[in-house]
Amino acid sequence: MLSITRRYTFAAAHQLAHPDWDPGRNAAVYGRCANPHGHGHNYLLFVTVTGERDARTGMLVDLAAMDRVVGERVLSRLDHRFLNLEIGRFRTTVPTSEALCHFVWDELCVALAPARLVRILLYETENNCFEYRGD
Amino acid sequence: MIAITKAIRFCASHRYWCPEWSEEENRARFGKCVNIHGHNYRLEVTLCGEPDPVTGMIIDLKQVKNTLCDEVIERFDHQYLNEAIPHFRQHVPTTENLVAYLHEQLRDAFPGTRLSRIRLWEDIDLYAEWEADEPC
Repeated sequence: MLSITRRYTFAAAHQLAHPDWDPGRNAAVYGRCANPHGHGHNYLLFVTVTGERDARTGMLVDLAAMDRVVGERVLSRLDHRFLNLEIGRFRTTVPTSEALCHFVWDELCVALAPARLVRILLYETENNCFEYRGD
Repeated sequence: MIAITKAIRFCASHRYWCPEWSEEENRARFGKCVNIHGHNYRLEVTLCGEPDPVTGMIIDLKQVKNTLCDEVIERFDHQYLNEAIPHFRQHVPTTENLVAYLHEQLRDAFPGTRLSRIRLWEDIDLYAEWEADEPC
C-alpha cells in the first residue's frame, strides 16, 4: 500500500485529572500530571492517509486540502489551548494522549475524504508516542 | 523474523509539470511546485528475514549500502529528476511516484530478504511510503 504522511505541530496544556475524582485519587493515579493548572507539551502529530494515485499528477491526495482540514479541525482548536476547558469532550473525559488520538481521528476521518485516514501518530514528548489506526 | 532499516540521503531537484497542460493549468494544480526546486531526501529501506545462524545477519549491511549507492545515490543525488531519470520524463516526480519507482527498482535487489517497506522523506514534514501487504 502506498501512503503519505504529513507532520504537524501544536503546543497545548492539559491536566490529567478525572473531574469526578478528588485530588488525592487523581494524584495517586496520574502523579505529577494531575498537578493543578495543568502542564504543557509541544506535540508532534503525524497523519497518514492513502488514496488512489492519480495517473497523471502522480498524487495520492490533495495535500493542500489535507493541510486545510487538519488546520481547521485540529490545529486551530488545539494549538495554545488548555484542552480540559476548551475542547468539549475533555470537560468530562481526561485528555490523555490516547484520548487526543481518538479526538484527532474523529475530527479527520470523514473530513479528509476522498483521502482515507490510515494512522494517527502523536508524540507528546520525544520519549512518549501514541498511535491509533482506527480499530 | 527480524526487520532492519537502512537509511540513505540524497539531494535532488525536480518540478511538478504535465507538458500537455498549459502553464495556468499546471500552476492551478501544483502551485509553487511547478518551479524547479529541490529537497534533502532521506530514504529508509526496511528488509525482513531470519538471521543467518553463523553470521547472525539477515543480510550484509555493506551489500545493502552498496546496492543503494548504485541504484539510488549514483542516479538521484544532485540530479534534476525530471531529466536524469528517464521514467520521470513521462511521469511527475511526486514523492508518491518516487516511492513507487524505487519499489520497482529495489524489489528484487536484496536476495534472501523480503522488502517490507520503503519510506521516502521529502523533508521533515512529509514522507511517502510503500508497505508490503503482509507484515514482516
